[in-house]
Amino acid sequence: MLDILKPPIEAFQEFVLLSIRAVRNIFRSPHYADDIFVQMDVIGVGSLFIVSLIGLFSGIVMALQMARALTQYGAQGQVGSIVAITLVRELGPVLTAVLVAGRNASGIASELGSMKVTEQIDAMRALGTDPIQKLVTPRLIATAVVLPLLTIISDFIGLIGGYFIASGMLGLTFSEYWTTAWQALEYNDLFQGLLKPFVFAVIIALVGCFYGMRTTGGTQGVGRSTTSAVVSSSVWIFVLTAFITYVWNRAFVKQ
Amino acid sequence: MTPDDSIVLRFEDVSLHFDATVALDHLSLEVHPGQTYVVFGAAGSGKTMLLKVAVGLVRPDSGRVSLFGQEITGLREQDLFDIRARVGILFQEGGLFDSLTVAENVAYPLTNQRVLRQAAVTPEGSAGNGAVRTVDDRVRESLRFVELEETLDKFPAELSGGMRRRVGIARAVVSAPALLLYDSPTAGLDPITANTIIALILKERDLRNTATIMVTHRYQDGHLMANFRYNPNSGQIERARGGGDVSQVSTKFLVMNAGRLVFEGTEPELQASQDPYVRKFLRVGGA
Repeated sequence: MLDILKPPIEAFQEFVLLSIRAVRNIFRSPHYADDIFVQMDVIGVGSLFIVSLIGLFSGIVMALQMARALTQYGAQGQVGSIVAITLVRELGPVLTAVLVAGRNASGIASELGSMKVTEQIDAMRALGTDPIQKLVTPRLIATAVVLPLLTIISDFIGLIGGYFIASGMLGLTFSEYWTTAWQALEYNDLFQGLLKPFVFAVIIALVGCFYGMRTTGGTQGVGRSTTSAVVSSSVWIFVLTAFITYVWNRAFVKQ
Repeated sequence: MTPDDSIVLRFEDVSLHFDATVALDHLSLEVHPGQTYVVFGAAGSGKTMLLKVAVGLVRPDSGRVSLFGQEITGLREQDLFDIRARVGILFQEGGLFDSLTVAENVAYPLTNQRVLRQAAVTPEGSAGNGAVRTVDDRVRESLRFVELEETLDKFPAELSGGMRRRVGIARAVVSAPALLLYDSPTAGLDPITANTIIALILKERDLRNTATIMVTHRYQDGHLMANFRYNPNSGQIERARGGGDVSQVSTKFLVMNAGRLVFEGTEPELQASQDPYVRKFLRVGGA
């Protein structure tokens, strides 16, 4: 029984140690600012189009689904508020994070994994560079900065998508849609909608780096690490969003 | 050289395990300045781990490892960086950074290792005539050493396997280290390129009197290291004179099996060994 538990416990221990060192390095020299900006470009600018596209269609789909239900009660005027709340609180952060996980956790794991199997990580250490400082911390900072920004963009474009349906199919005016959308949102929702992508970003970067850094077994190993990074980070995103929503509602929402 | 440097590397009863696999089994050895160790062994016998433990990339489970008189087994990673600056290492997989040009790869130790950054503006980094050699000068000099000066702006992916290995040597020697570790420098290369690589290793050893540990599968590599020397006057590799020639005297052979040292001695002793495992590494027909 203990033998079965040993590998996952050891892996979790390694993950925690990597996370601690990566966070601690934020406050230590040397800082690799160039690497942070490169990663922001790769993760942020590189994901912008696909995140916008998914944001647009998730807004459209939400509006379509809600329009049908709300029309039954003669409340189609509230479509803006429903789209805004679902996008900002949940759909925007989760869909954006899952996309970035698929695109960047895999990218990070495969890049670091390739470096590991070709002994570039060992070479880095042998040549006086801490690979966590040089590779993990810049990716952590870059993802933590750009994922909340991508989520804001995705939310906004999703609301625009909702407006297309609200005006085209339900005949709502510009001000009817945007006023209800704006009024439905509380600061509480905005904070929750920004806390989640920040937490997801930390998970995506650290999980990607963790699987990359522990890659063994040549190119096959790189493939395994990449798959594991995407699966793990995606699962963690859904687990954490449920957890954060539960804790947030208990702590900050008046029942 | 400080008094502590009389022994470049010392292993004292070093053991390392990965789960049930023994990588190093109570290994002890000493490497002195100018000495060459040629390490033979089957795949998985612990040769690469020997090199990685020697520079603290892997920590042993037990025993002590000392580099230049300083025990490194308990040191933190950050504290190891300054010691590692005195060691050059050529990795089996090359270890060249894909995203950097050849020039940036070779400059990497000089620009990233603290003590070498400082040395670049002190007499150690000067040409001896008061002129300070820049990093660029030293990179060019190192690439000239491996006859690849024209590849400065290329990326590793644009080079052949042999050229990448030579760039790896240029990076390993750019800081003029006191100890050089070569992990299978000729693996996967054709015989002509392999001999070129060994000639470069000999040249570095004989010009700078560098202590060298070379892991290899090819008996011929060890034979060349033990019996040939670089002649700085002719710029050629030539057969060492018999008897007291420094390369013959200072070249030792190690044979590893399942993490254990099963043989340690000179080339004649290796050739005289009757151990069936050891004899597997001898080239049929001798040199």
